[in-house]
Amino acid sequence: MEGDIAQMGQFIGAGLAAIGSGAAAIGVGHVAGNFLAGALRNPSAAASQTATLFIGIAFAEALGIFAFLVALLLMFAV
Amino acid sequence: MADEAKGGIEIHPMDQFIVKPLFGDGAINWYTPTNVTLWLFFAVVAVTLLMVVGTRGRAIVPSRSQSVGEMAYGFVYKMVEDVAGKEGLKYFPYIFTLFMYILLANFLGLIPMSFTTTSHIAVTAVLAGAVFITVTVLGFVKNGAGFLSLFWVSSAPLVLRPILAIIELISYFVRPVSHSIRLAGNVMAGHAVLKVFAGFAASLGVFSFIPIFGIVAIYALEVLVSAIQAYVFTILTCVYLKDALHPHH
Amino acid sequence: MATETTGGTEAAGMPQLEFSTFPNQIFWLVIALIAIYFILSRIAMPRIAAVLAERQGTITNDLAAAEELKLKAVEAEKAYEKALADARAEASQIVAEAKAEIQADLDVELQKADAEIAAKAAESEKAIAAIRESAAESVKEVAKDTAKELVAVLGGKADAKTVTAAVNARMKG
Repeated sequence: MEGDIAQMGQFIGAGLAAIGSGAAAIGVGHVAGNFLAGALRNPSAAASQTATLFIGIAFAEALGIFAFLVALLLMFAV
Repeated sequence: MADEAKGGIEIHPMDQFIVKPLFGDGAINWYTPTNVTLWLFFAVVAVTLLMVVGTRGRAIVPSRSQSVGEMAYGFVYKMVEDVAGKEGLKYFPYIFTLFMYILLANFLGLIPMSFTTTSHIAVTAVLAGAVFITVTVLGFVKNGAGFLSLFWVSSAPLVLRPILAIIELISYFVRPVSHSIRLAGNVMAGHAVLKVFAGFAASLGVFSFIPIFGIVAIYALEVLVSAIQAYVFTILTCVYLKDALHPHH
Repeated sequence: MATETTGGTEAAGMPQLEFSTFPNQIFWLVIALIAIYFILSRIAMPRIAAVLAERQGTITNDLAAAEELKLKAVEAEKAYEKALADARAEASQIVAEAKAEIQADLDVELQKADAEIAAKAAESEKAIAAIRESAAESVKEVAKDTAKELVAVLGGKADAKTVTAAVNARMKG
């Protein structure tokens, strides 16, 4: 019986950690959306900033990947 | 993968990442040829095919494969030059090696039934750790103690500087962690999701074809992610290199 | 899962965290990376750099050749224009010369004609003057005679001198 409770805890924790992926999605969307808004305002400067865009997206996404990793650890490694 | 005894959905999304010996069933020593070895070898072969065999014509007007090789070369060259500056071009061969390996390993991993070497934290940690150590050593060799000014944000108010220095220091040491886990995590997540979708098929009976649409969509996304993660890994390497060469904010 | 292992080496948790496989992966990865590095830096990159440089050179050469051809074309156009201008100038000079010649001829002819006309006019004037003279003489004679006759008819004695004077005065008036 304790095993079942521990399992439930794992799954609930994994599900909660997976929320972080959604939060990262919000962050990535924020970065990309703001880039697009700025790019439409000043299209000539947009091309030079795509590298910055990808770096920003990568940083935002890394945290989501961390959350996903926590979920995976809870599911499979604990 | 817990409750096989209860007869629920059997999905083993992580089984594709298991490292197995190529021959026999023995223990995995450091020298044992495994599926990792095989797919690393395939990555080397792919690099050779693209960059050596593809460009053997040395044509002024390039053939298709030569054009792809030149495009990759020019792309990374321009990236290094733009981000790290002219001095960074000295390290272009190393960065290009990283880029070509990650890109082709990612793409090879997308072949069904293949093994994705870049999905393993051991692999990406070696890549990111090598970048981190190289960049740190390079920073101290090039700038001496001046490299520490990377952590001393001189444009901030004086009171804030110690706090910022601590934050900068922490973020500096988190770099290799996020650098490696970003790549492995992205690749692993995509492949695991593919497996999860495929696992649904078993329990859907007549409608087991439906997950195909999901798999196709995820697969397309994975192709994109493969290229973008190679790009991101490379450009972050360039950014770290720039910090080592010009630590002053 | 901590609670179970499904059959030996199979899927005990995350394969990524199977630390026993790490030395193996790292070893082969380092070998692969070194292989890729040497393949790229010894064979592929010099080759691609050479091809790119050669292409750049070819493009530059072609551009230079095109520039030269363009210059030649401009020169040819200039020469053509110069020839055109020369021809035009020559033509206008010829026209001017011809005009001047004709003008000279014309002037000479005109002068001659003028002189002839002037001579003829002088002659005619002389003739007219003579005619007029003789006519005036005749009129005077006729007037004198007529006046004498009239005076005689009217019963006067005509003094020749007086009559002549009167007629002269009348003729002048």
